[in-house]
Amino acid sequence: MNCRSEVLEVTVEARQVEEAMLALLHTILLHRSTGKFHYKKEGTYSIGTVGTQDIDCDFIDFTFVRVSSEELDRMIRKAVSEFKDALSNSGSDGMGQISLEFYQKKKSRWPFSDECIPWEVWSIKVNVVNLANEQERQICREKVGEKLGEKVINVVEVINRHEYLPKMPTQSEVDNVFDTTLKDVQPYLYKITYQITDSLGTSVSTTMRRD
Amino acid sequence: MESDLKPQDQKDLDKFIKFFALKTVQVIVQARLGEKICTRSSSSPTGSDWFNLAIKDIPEVTHEAKKALAGQLPGIGRSMCVEISLKTSEGDSMELETWCLEMNEKCDKEIKVSYAVYNRLSVLLKSLLAITRVTPAYKLSRKQGHDYVILYRIYFGEVQLSGLGEGFQTVRVGVVGTPIGTITLSCAYRTNLAFMSNRAPDEEDGGQFAGVQDSQEVCATSFSTSPPSQVLHAGKEGGALLMPPHGADVHLTVEHAPNTPSSRRKEEGRRSVSPSDPVESLNAFTRKVGAFVNKPSTQITAASLDLPFAAFAPRGLDSEENDPMVHPPDSPPCPSPLQGSLHSQGSEGSGQQDDFVMVDFRPAFSKDDLLPMDLGTFYREFQNPPQLASLSLHISSQSMADDLDSLPEKLRVYEKNIDEFDAFVDMLQ
Repeated sequence: MNCRSEVLEVTVEARQVEEAMLALLHTILLHRSTGKFHYKKEGTYSIGTVGTQDIDCDFIDFTFVRVSSEELDRMIRKAVSEFKDALSNSGSDGMGQISLEFYQKKKSRWPFSDECIPWEVWSIKVNVVNLANEQERQICREKVGEKLGEKVINVVEVINRHEYLPKMPTQSEVDNVFDTTLKDVQPYLYKITYQITDSLGTSVSTTMRRD
Repeated sequence: MESDLKPQDQKDLDKFIKFFALKTVQVIVQARLGEKICTRSSSSPTGSDWFNLAIKDIPEVTHEAKKALAGQLPGIGRSMCVEISLKTSEGDSMELETWCLEMNEKCDKEIKVSYAVYNRLSVLLKSLLAITRVTPAYKLSRKQGHDYVILYRIYFGEVQLSGLGEGFQTVRVGVVGTPIGTITLSCAYRTNLAFMSNRAPDEEDGGQFAGVQDSQEVCATSFSTSPPSQVLHAGKEGGALLMPPHGADVHLTVEHAPNTPSSRRKEEGRRSVSPSDPVESLNAFTRKVGAFVNKPSTQITAASLDLPFAAFAPRGLDSEENDPMVHPPDSPPCPSPLQGSLHSQGSEGSGQQDDFVMVDFRPAFSKDDLLPMDLGTFYREFQNPPQLASLSLHISSQSMADDLDSLPEKLRVYEKNIDEFDAFVDMLQ
């Protein structure tokens, strides 16, 4: 099956990296998470309820909506924090890319390990800039807010094409499609990876953050 | 076309469309109340959460929506629209956006109603949640209060976009194909937030203000020609009409009547509104010289504020009378003492009517040749501090626990950056 790939690009100040990434990743995950499945007899299932909450950014004039799940938020924050640290350690004009990949597991027979087949990958390219004075920072707050708004519209546009989604799984298959480890919501199986390009243009590191 | 659909599917589809329409209205209106929304996830299905999303049902909103639908369903040629408008304390109003739930004739016969259509409607509602925070009216609605409120109107039938002014933009939230047609959800929003241009009779309102004299004249003109409220005009289609002091309106739009403890909205949690905020929000959309600006040529810089709502400025007051540096006004009354102290600390000089003079970017006692912009920008920036999250009474216990949990992490970060803080302190000394 073909993997759908989408690329978003943002230019932000160093202190805005975290919030910008959270905003975009959570917007995607909002659309790619369902309530918890409860399987009943005869292969039917009911779905739990997903709550949402508004998050105001401190360094960007922007508010985004995320799924109400502290567990999920913690995991995303951890990944974003690692990415942000890696970016700041790489040098002042670093560029980086963080990717959110949705995949399905395909069980293989021993001795082969399970395959992870991605079906959708979102790559967010980040350019970090340094600004000279407060006036520029104020303008940046607003501009980045507008840009993020445009990115949210892009994300929504892609998702509402209703292209390939994994089939709803049976009870035995549910862990191959969804992450069932969270107690309140059920996102599709995902992993977050990132790459940092230092100022010389070479790709410095790729770290897998498995979930 | 409809006969191809099994009766049970047809019934289900009608129910889905009806509840989708009602939930759409709830999401839109709640996103314009001016407060952050927070609902809980629940792993056990309650059976009453349509589309597996926790969206509260505000009874008045449901009532208005059902009234507008009058037993019908959105369908081909029958659109359901939610119009969001802004109304100033002077009584002038302006349409900001119109959300349209429509159906076109493109059918998807193959799609399974009870499964795929339902899930796609759920995704579409999530998209609506995301997009409602992105259009320009969101920021305006978060800052409503003293000087303006946000109103909504639901109507059914033909879409009316003429009130949005020239150059309005459209954003499509999404589409869902069904066997009887394709449901589409979109938003048309005003981009031209210059209040003057909304008033047809005043030809001289458009364009730049040349100087104090002209701008005062225009202000006076626009002040006196208060047009009939947009809300009245819109009533002709028979849509739901909402005007204060109608109960639903006051209830939902956090109309700030100072010292009314009986107001049904939770006011304590809202950040206090500095009236210059809507002006700042509209900064991005229009560039005009504000009223009472003495030297318009020096004021037109990237950071100067515009004055789309010049009508707010009281007639007959000259700039010295309004100069906050000369006559610092009292802070407006605040819902809670804590908020009050925050407000007065951070925004000295922002009284209700004087804020429009904040357009003047030459703070008193700052020399012209010494970067006046920075002082002015500094002043403006610190005049409107964002509300501290910990002071919002809207927090659920969940997020309180989360705040506590994140404290160790925050402390670690602060400790890590201790050199930076020290350097900052040194700089201040």
